[in-house]
Amino acid sequence: MTVSDKDLEIAMADLMTAAPPTLAVGVLVELGIVDRYARFDAPIGSLVVAWNGLGVSAVESAPDDATFEATHLARTGRRAVRAEQLPESLASAIARRLGGDRRVRIDLDLRGHTDFERDVWQKALEIPRGEVRPYGWIAAEIGRPKAVRAVGTALGHNPVPLIVPCHRVVRTDGSIGQYSLGGPANKRTILAAEGLDPDAMESAARSGMRYLGSDTTHIVCLPTCHNARRITPRHRVPFRSLQAAASAGYRPCRECRPASGAIAA
Amino acid sequence: MDTDGSLISALAQDLDGSFEALVVAHQDRLYSIALRLLGDTRDAEEAAQDAFIRAHRALASYDSERILELRLRPWLATIVLNLCRSRLGRRAARSAVARPALSLDAAELGTLEPRADQTAEPAATAARRDARETWAALLMTLPPAYRSAVVLRHVDGLSYPEVAIALDRPEGTVKAQVHRGLALLRTAFEAAQQREREERTG
Repeated sequence: MTVSDKDLEIAMADLMTAAPPTLAVGVLVELGIVDRYARFDAPIGSLVVAWNGLGVSAVESAPDDATFEATHLARTGRRAVRAEQLPESLASAIARRLGGDRRVRIDLDLRGHTDFERDVWQKALEIPRGEVRPYGWIAAEIGRPKAVRAVGTALGHNPVPLIVPCHRVVRTDGSIGQYSLGGPANKRTILAAEGLDPDAMESAARSGMRYLGSDTTHIVCLPTCHNARRITPRHRVPFRSLQAAASAGYRPCRECRPASGAIAA
Repeated sequence: MDTDGSLISALAQDLDGSFEALVVAHQDRLYSIALRLLGDTRDAEEAAQDAFIRAHRALASYDSERILELRLRPWLATIVLNLCRSRLGRRAARSAVARPALSLDAAELGTLEPRADQTAEPAATAARRDARETWAALLMTLPPAYRSAVVLRHVDGLSYPEVAIALDRPEGTVKAQVHRGLALLRTAFEAAQQREREERTG
């Protein structure tokens, strides 16, 4: 049997093959045009984590997939495609970060947000696990001491709660304050999981204790600063204000920088 | 091509907003080019994905004038071809160390064609799949220069001027390579048929 040119051309044209459905989604996710998402188990229940080639783009407590997809599209303009699970590397990075390891790098996709919001979130990332800072502290630290309310709003818009630990920012009067990821009860649960006692923090603040000094070092800290938590009970000296601490001869801690909060207050 | 014309003006205006349309319009051809050059479905998918990502990176760096001048079909073909070449180069370097030359035995042919559920398929479909597997395997035996020319002209369906752009070779050279490639394919196919006949009778 001989093969004509036409036969050959037909045989070659028949080698055109449909691309597998994973191809296009893979490209669009890598480029950050479409996001993937999966469920992730956290101390406050099942959360949705969304990501693309640029980084993690959302952490949310959506009741179901359809709700998440709709809110994600409205918020980012991007479609979200359900994945079976988080990529292994991302899951372990998030787990390590929630465990307090700040060295692990997690890329974030924060396109579409203002420089102010990014500054606020960047500053929140500096707060160690097991510690909290007042809203005013963030405002002062980013050079916008009068923007305390705007800081609160920016934290409320944090698209990646838990990873950017906005739960570690509390009200200047010492009360726990609002939380975007399912309300203040979740904020307490997360802070407790990080080794804090939210009830004790609030009652101490109500009794007027805003700062804690050590009568051996004469350094004054925010109460949850790791330096303050190391002070043994008999050396603890509570202060209502930094002014009171200063006149007692105490200087502010260089790590928690309590004066940052005081400037705004 | 008309659809590419409107796609190109959309890309020049809003790259991210229209890039999905580009992927959808060109994914089958980039995947097929890669599959017929690499002979492996997984490698082909990765090469095609890389090609789109590189295309996006390039488009993001071009001003709109340069995008409007692009000939999308041969341009994308060039990108995927280059990626396939470097993959083949890496593969050759690996196999030179790990094992002797690439052989076209039955085990390797298994990955040339994407498999559907074969238990329930009609005889005509099975015959067509067998024919495709045969031709795909024969194509893999061609020298790379002939193979890429034949794939671009007759699998992808580019015109000779487009193939010449994509391969950056003169049109006359490209035509000769396609004809030579087809002639080799014909000879190889007829030889295979001859062998089959002899096996059946002998």
